[in-house]
Amino acid sequence: MRIVVASGKGGTGKTTIATSLALSLVVNGEVHYVDCDVEAPNGHIFLKPQITHQSNAVIRIPVINKDACSLCGRCVEVCQFHALAKIGKMIMTFPQLCHGCGSCTVNCPESAIEELANPIGVIESGVTAHGLNFSQGRLNISEPMSTPVIRQLKKSITTKDESIVVLDAPPGASCSVVETLRGVDFVLLVAEPTPFGVHDLKQMIGIVTEMGIPAGVIINREKAMFMPLKDLCTEVHIPILMNIPFNRRIAAGLAEGLTLIEINPDYSQRLQDVYRQISSIIASIKE
Amino acid sequence: MIAIFTAQDQFLESTKDDRFGRCPWFIKMDTVTNQWEAFQNPGVGHTSGAGVAAAQFVIDQKAEAVISGDFGPHAVDAFHAANISMFLYSKDISSIQQAVESFKQEKLSLFS
Repeated sequence: MRIVVASGKGGTGKTTIATSLALSLVVNGEVHYVDCDVEAPNGHIFLKPQITHQSNAVIRIPVINKDACSLCGRCVEVCQFHALAKIGKMIMTFPQLCHGCGSCTVNCPESAIEELANPIGVIESGVTAHGLNFSQGRLNISEPMSTPVIRQLKKSITTKDESIVVLDAPPGASCSVVETLRGVDFVLLVAEPTPFGVHDLKQMIGIVTEMGIPAGVIINREKAMFMPLKDLCTEVHIPILMNIPFNRRIAAGLAEGLTLIEINPDYSQRLQDVYRQISSIIASIKE
Repeated sequence: MIAIFTAQDQFLESTKDDRFGRCPWFIKMDTVTNQWEAFQNPGVGHTSGAGVAAAQFVIDQKAEAVISGDFGPHAVDAFHAANISMFLYSKDISSIQQAVESFKQEKLSLFS
């Protein structure tokens, strides 16, 4: 079972919920927490894992063999990202624009292109003191593209059928979030009960609807029911699975690096209940 | 020599455009014969690599000089490799015609 915790608006509480959800489910069996916010991973601050494995995330960039190159310019033509240019007597590459699609390599009539694995990030895995399997990706500073790191991070997770994987999504509603969502069974949308929060939630609802992924909402930092949020969820038939009140003690605990369930152990049971609701929603869809 | 100017429209009276990769028009001028032609920037609509696409265009035109308000890092790398000199519009220039005159009189500063 693969569950993504996403939000649209940043700072709503994705990591707060994803880390504690994962910890609460360790009693059930094998659980993995995967931090897909590769530009600014922060799950490790709360989970304090022991990292045992590290590998490079790479993009395969073209290297042109000058002796074999006939300067026909076909590679420049087929590259839709303009990562290649024909300049005088050579083909120049722009590695930061390259998406690693391999089009140039395949289309070169002289087979003059070799692919070099260019490291753009790091994938790390290990385990926490509570026996939670932990993985994260980290995009190297100055690299512009996070999606290849997220893709390779997800591929690196080996699970059994019964395993539960909790993926902590990046903020926003762009390519990196879509990449995180690919192939998952359910998405928990952490919503902030404010106009800004509702606006960004709508973006996420659009995306998950298009991708056909069932969703549920968790409202975080709630002072009173915010009607536009409630109405939105009703309108799009997305259930509200849990409400977390605005609580200064929770905020203070998080600031010290404590997980939600360390601050208030009641949440462990509540999050297990959320998981049960998710399982039954998925089971009823299958019928 | 062939010099290429970035412009907001396709005429010599058109206003200069300070962007290289995303300007809508390139004005190609032969500074000896004074013959000129306007081209739409092939890179303008692309989400990424606009600077490279635009630089490729300038290189393919066999220009020796390119004039704009600024140049991004990919265009700079391409032009250095191609040995094409980059020049900057001065503050007092508003039309391409003025830019051409200033360029011919060697009043424009080199981009570095």
